[in-house]
Amino acid sequence: MPVQDIKGQKIWQRRAGRESLFHWALWLIGIAVFAYCWQQISKSTTWFFVWDAPRIANDIWTRATPPKWEYITQLGKPIWDTLNIATLGTLISLILAVPVAFLAARNTTPSRFIVRPIALLIIVSTRSINSLIWALLLIAIIGPGVFAGVIAIAIRSIGFCAKLLYEAIEEIDETQVEAITATGASRWQVMAYGIVPQILPAFAGIAVFRWDINIRESTVLGLVGAGGIGLQLSSSLNVLAWPQVSLILLVILAAVVISEWVSAKVRGAII
Amino acid sequence: MLRLEKLVKTYKTGDQALKAVNLEIPEGQVLALIGPSGAGKSTLIRCINRLVEPTSGNVYLGDVELTGLSAGMLRKERRRMGMIFQEYALVERLSVMENVLSGRLGYVGFWRSFLRRFPQSDVDEAFRLLDRVGLAHMADKRADELSGGQRQRVGICRALIQNPALLLVDEPTASLDPKTSRQIMRLICELCKERGLAAIINIHDVALAQMFVQRVIGLRFGEMVYDGPPDGLTPDKLTEIYGEEDWEATIEAVDEDDLEAESAAS
Repeated sequence: MPVQDIKGQKIWQRRAGRESLFHWALWLIGIAVFAYCWQQISKSTTWFFVWDAPRIANDIWTRATPPKWEYITQLGKPIWDTLNIATLGTLISLILAVPVAFLAARNTTPSRFIVRPIALLIIVSTRSINSLIWALLLIAIIGPGVFAGVIAIAIRSIGFCAKLLYEAIEEIDETQVEAITATGASRWQVMAYGIVPQILPAFAGIAVFRWDINIRESTVLGLVGAGGIGLQLSSSLNVLAWPQVSLILLVILAAVVISEWVSAKVRGAII
Repeated sequence: MLRLEKLVKTYKTGDQALKAVNLEIPEGQVLALIGPSGAGKSTLIRCINRLVEPTSGNVYLGDVELTGLSAGMLRKERRRMGMIFQEYALVERLSVMENVLSGRLGYVGFWRSFLRRFPQSDVDEAFRLLDRVGLAHMADKRADELSGGQRQRVGICRALIQNPALLLVDEPTASLDPKTSRQIMRLICELCKERGLAAIINIHDVALAQMFVQRVIGLRFGEMVYDGPPDGLTPDKLTEIYGEEDWEATIEAVDEDDLEAESAAS
């Protein structure tokens, strides 16, 4: 009890005696663990490279500036590919994510013990593997190129979109669904009138949010050969053409900024 | 018209919401269902259109027994039972017109309803109903732009466009101010009279119920403890339904209201 009775006066403390002692012990253990870890990391670090880092960074910076501006003529096509990978990948993933979300949501799933776990498994498994790894796998299966990138982005995004969407479905106002059911509407009509209007804003928000993320993810897909501007980035890095690298980074930055601006505008318009 | 026989509902938690309720409602009778929270009022009307599955007992709507119907047949019968909700239960992001037309979903196929291509006769009827409740100019507004009273009027239109034989009304006035409450109750009762509809109205406000209905049912712990005319609700009866409380004020208020209503009518 944090309240003590001393001479008829009630003293209130946040924690009682033994509780606060326990609390301090926890802090002590935490600090000890932190100090030990610090020591271990320090031991296995080659400090020479760390002290050398600013000089190397400075060296790369001087090599990379100014960017090789004329190289931009060769970047138009790759950045367009990158945008297309992101957009097509997002569209495909949304088409696949909608049914998965309806099967996973507690209030719409046809069976809680068979279908729902399968849907959840799809969500977890697609989400837990990075799109770069999906791209590596897909390149082995369908060969290098933009198509592999599109499919990698699409698969990676299913879980994300389906998860957010099924959470939105679970949060709908059930009385609206009840009201539509009470009119004698069929299962599909209840879905179209009672559920879809309620989740439409969430759906649009998820779509632009994921598109925005996918533009960033698709810029690196080229590193493993799945098309887009990453291809240029990796070949420039391989030949140590630092002025080209810096220009590519600037182009990627511009693309990401624009996509963020677009998605913020769209989300603002919906909500 | 509607007959309940030994209707029982036991929830999974073991709560017995309804204990063998028997009730018969003739054609065109408007009935108020009163009782404390948790007495089973909402459960009772939801057991009639099976939004809640009754545990046992029978419900007859006309000659049709509802509790044993298949899903498809139940949908057909639900069209004959319009329902009006406490929090209006409009689909907030759809327009007023779409909300009213959603009352026709039981009559229209999926693709027609999905593409919003309702038969012209339905659209005509929707405009007629909206005009009747004074909202014809609001047809294009989104439902969440409306005030509480307006929303409930749209809810009434949605129930009526089903062309029902029976209205199930769940606390129609609980979210409304006193004046709007009266207007909505008056509207529901007038419409029932115009169309010869029977109605079961769940209501908390005893005085309001007494003003508008011909028959009152009192429910307590899932059992009917009163069935009679509204003026038979004496303080003793109210105590039996709700528990001990000073009821004189409630009843006096009703008398005054009645006088007011009479003088206004004459």
